[in-house]
Amino acid sequence: MTINPDLQGRSYPAGEVYTVGREAIRDFARAVKATHPSHYDVETARALGYADLVAPPTFAIVVAQRADAQLITDPGAGIDFSRVVHADQRFTHHRPIVAGDELVAALHVDSVRAMGGGAMITTRAEISTVDGVRTATTTSSLLVRGEEQQ
Amino acid sequence: MSIPAAELTVGQEIGSVTIPVTRQDLVRYAGASGDFNPIHWNSDFAQGVGLPGVIAHGMFTMGAAVQLVTDWTGDPGSVIDYQTRFTKPVVVADTTAQPGVPGAVLEVRGTIGALDPEEATARIDLTVTFEGQKVLVKAQAVVRLS
Repeated sequence: MTINPDLQGRSYPAGEVYTVGREAIRDFARAVKATHPSHYDVETARALGYADLVAPPTFAIVVAQRADAQLITDPGAGIDFSRVVHADQRFTHHRPIVAGDELVAALHVDSVRAMGGGAMITTRAEISTVDGVRTATTTSSLLVRGEEQQ
Repeated sequence: MSIPAAELTVGQEIGSVTIPVTRQDLVRYAGASGDFNPIHWNSDFAQGVGLPGVIAHGMFTMGAAVQLVTDWTGDPGSVIDYQTRFTKPVVVADTTAQPGVPGAVLEVRGTIGALDPEEATARIDLTVTFEGQKVLVKAQAVVRLS
């Protein structure tokens, strides 16, 4: 499989709405070993000024990777998911994500560079609420290893 | 939360933490994040694609390491920017038959890399190592101080 170089500049419009649930925040917080009570206890979160449970700083990856899946599963992209390695990641938070948020993510393929027999693909997800309030920008570089690269 | 920026200096250490990791942690992260790539839970599959064994999700390591920062600020919403490069895989041994024994151990240390008094922000530089080698490079979290 070879990566389609025409991917660069492609965008995928915001897909399904992701509704941030309290249990999703609690489960994600446990999964990254986050112990702050504002991930688990609504009163504590409200005392800090949040409308509801606040998500850990990397929670936006859940929404971003759903957007990335549109690209990875696009048969025209030529990406073998089993050969994908996460190379770098950035989160810019415009405001913290809280339980009850209804989020959508528009995905942009910012760059595609040939690397050996594979490619480095940089995607950017612009995450906002369904009402258009910007929430987070996530940037991911994915290295798709070539067949001969072990 | 309010950390008086005037009392902080670049280079100051904010703390350190040791994070034990098991295969079960990776399964839990897979479930919570929706990232079910089998390289994070199946040895045969991981070795079949040329990896030394089951490796932790980069996002698990990134997500777990930043707790040092939010514990320091006292507010998980204080992180306005967080980035890293993933340089080395964290290979997690199968210790399922030995409860309490980690399959890998991460060491996380945080120092103040930069201060911006006007914006009231601090950049925390994280050093994250596994078996003595850095697994995250340029791991930087920018936090709001007030």
